[in-house]
Amino acid sequence: MKADIRVALVGNPNTGKSTLFNTLTGLNQKIGNFPGVTVDKKTGICQLPDGRMAEIIDLPGTYSLYPKSQDESIVFSILADQSNPLTPDLVVVILDATNLKRNLLLYSQVADLKIPVIIALNMVDLSKKAGITIDIDLFSKKLGVPVVPISARRKEGIDKLKAAITFANKIALQEESIDVEAIAPQLIAEISRELKLENPYYALQLAHQHETIKFISPVQSDRIEELEKEFSFHSQKAQATETIARYNFINDLLYDTVKVPETAQDETLSNKIDKVLTHKVFGFIIFFGVLLFMFQSIFSWSAYPMELIADLFVWVQNTLHHLLPAGPLTGLLVDGVIGGLSGVMVFIPQIAILFAFISILEDTGYMSRVTFMMDKLMRKVGLNGKSVVPLIGGFACAVPSIMSTRTIENWKDRMITIMVTPLVTCSARLPIYTLLIALVVPNRNVWWLFNMQGLALTGMYVFSLISAIVVAFVFKLILKGRERGYFIMELPVYRMPRWNNVAYSMYDRSKAFVLQAGKVIIAVSVILWVLASYGPGDRFARIDQKYRQPQYTQRLNADELSKAVRSEKLENSYAGVLGHVIEPVIRPLGFDWKIGIALITSFAAREVFVGTMATIYSVEGSAEKMETVQKKMKTATNPETGQPVFSLAVAFSLMMFYAFAMQCASTVAVVYRETKNWRWPTLQFAYMTVLAYVASFVAYHLLK
Amino acid sequence: MRLSQLEVGEIGIVKEFTDLEMSVKLMEMGCLPGEEITVSRIAPLGDPIAINVSGYQLSLRKFEASTIILQ
Repeated sequence: MKADIRVALVGNPNTGKSTLFNTLTGLNQKIGNFPGVTVDKKTGICQLPDGRMAEIIDLPGTYSLYPKSQDESIVFSILADQSNPLTPDLVVVILDATNLKRNLLLYSQVADLKIPVIIALNMVDLSKKAGITIDIDLFSKKLGVPVVPISARRKEGIDKLKAAITFANKIALQEESIDVEAIAPQLIAEISRELKLENPYYALQLAHQHETIKFISPVQSDRIEELEKEFSFHSQKAQATETIARYNFINDLLYDTVKVPETAQDETLSNKIDKVLTHKVFGFIIFFGVLLFMFQSIFSWSAYPMELIADLFVWVQNTLHHLLPAGPLTGLLVDGVIGGLSGVMVFIPQIAILFAFISILEDTGYMSRVTFMMDKLMRKVGLNGKSVVPLIGGFACAVPSIMSTRTIENWKDRMITIMVTPLVTCSARLPIYTLLIALVVPNRNVWWLFNMQGLALTGMYVFSLISAIVVAFVFKLILKGRERGYFIMELPVYRMPRWNNVAYSMYDRSKAFVLQAGKVIIAVSVILWVLASYGPGDRFARIDQKYRQPQYTQRLNADELSKAVRSEKLENSYAGVLGHVIEPVIRPLGFDWKIGIALITSFAAREVFVGTMATIYSVEGSAEKMETVQKKMKTATNPETGQPVFSLAVAFSLMMFYAFAMQCASTVAVVYRETKNWRWPTLQFAYMTVLAYVASFVAYHLLK
Repeated sequence: MRLSQLEVGEIGIVKEFTDLEMSVKLMEMGCLPGEEITVSRIAPLGDPIAINVSGYQLSLRKFEASTIILQ
């Protein structure tokens, strides 16, 4: 759909910007990437009263045009870069009516870029309740822009806002806020002259940001640098002068337009809640209670839908096997592509539930309290209060969690968080742990209360957190910080979650996960399928010939015969050959060539392990017949020693391997995408593999 | 007197900053000279702290608070 007008939403965090975006666009949304950067670009279509279509761009929430994080840097680029195809025709600045002063800073910066702008004054219902009176007409007149009072949460004033967008001017009519040129007169004049810029504030912003923005050429950037030296421009001093000037302007503006009640209000509800939720003792108890509830829910609520999805894929695979002629192409499509796809799809329920929780915790304002409580603790190991969110998310899946590290402004803190998040026990490790624990840990209670298998599983979770913290500490010592860390963060007022936003977030994140991780997993599973289905030379033909001989056909029934053929073919496939090749390397860990194959096939995704074990022990189907896999694995014996293959030592050695090894192509891909440098995923892969090998080795030899 | 020296519930007025880089970030968030600041709570582990400034709640580390000099 071609839009007639492009509108950007700009505002501080926690001003209800996403709620307004969802209300304006409904389900007509699209998530993409801003070209060249890994910032999610949310766009949607909104029909205006006159029938025209407006494309709405939701820009990341920011307190000012001077970016503090990667997400925020996109705002200036989109607003200012005239050659950018996404440059908006109109900017809607959303202001929180309960906190106008701080919100107006961003407005005054955006207004000075001289793009047509209108103000959506949000949360007017809450400001009225707080006793704040705003003379909207005078406010609008003094600024020279339309001001529409709305309540995005209650969907009030939305029609008026749409009308205001429809009738918005094509040229910027806002009043001047501050005397921008006075900040650096000669520099601004010279940059404007040489780069042929008309807007002095744009020139000033280029002076501040020329090193990081992408849309000016290196030659221009160097020239700006020269000019700055010539006129001895000091970026931070200039910014301080500008901010003070802007707040003077804002104070003048608010002086006769806004009346805030003088008398100190009673203790707010938010404050009362904080007294409990950030209490020295209860604060932590409640936090761990919330975590516990979250994990319980992620596992218990997702069990049924995951089963449904798995069943659906099995049904599709069966149906296609019947419908399509047998042959390599059908095998590739059904077992390779669809098999791989089902491995991704089953995780959708867990990811959706995890993001529902994260979105509720963020929406209510609780997440920033957790950050507040944990910061000191996390800082000790080189992390940051804000690392808590990705680490918790890591229990479900590292991929979206690593994406959520973007909110961490400090480069070093963010890198360390990215490096250790994959160590946290993710949901893909769960089937492996359950299978192996069930094999070697007796299912009985200790001290009446605790189930031994449950304890072993809990132990693996706790162990993963400890290892993440230890590794983070090591990285803290190795990595050099690029900038000073700081932690200046708004603690928003507690609010009820907006269920619409929760639903959108579940939908958005699941979609992003399927599209991003899906591509990699499909590609790798196709390759693995080929490796497992073909063998070098004429080995496969000889196996077929061998089993056609009477000594087999007479003694075995058709079912057993096909299993025997499959099992021997696997051993002789490229994957099997590889398994034998790596056997000497993994022998010290207690693994044989069959486990070796599973290590190779689950290289791209850990959960493939169970399926491969199922195939290797020639059981039909995969995960849905876990009971049978378990039995087969339990009875499997080493032909040389006669001992069971899966002893306690081997099982724990395997679990240690999966606890540390980076067996997840999607994570590697997302780490590359977030760091934009192959060094990080390579380093991560290397350190995790080394740790996996050492931990496995130690576990095997201790328990042997 | 520095902001980091205030107890919970105490009020101070910002006079100046000792650190230019930090001051730019603090001022953007509404901590300007002349502005009134109330310490509303201290995190369970003693750091960071939460303050009320220009009508909302802001959290910052003790070290950051120590760069704010009060009148």
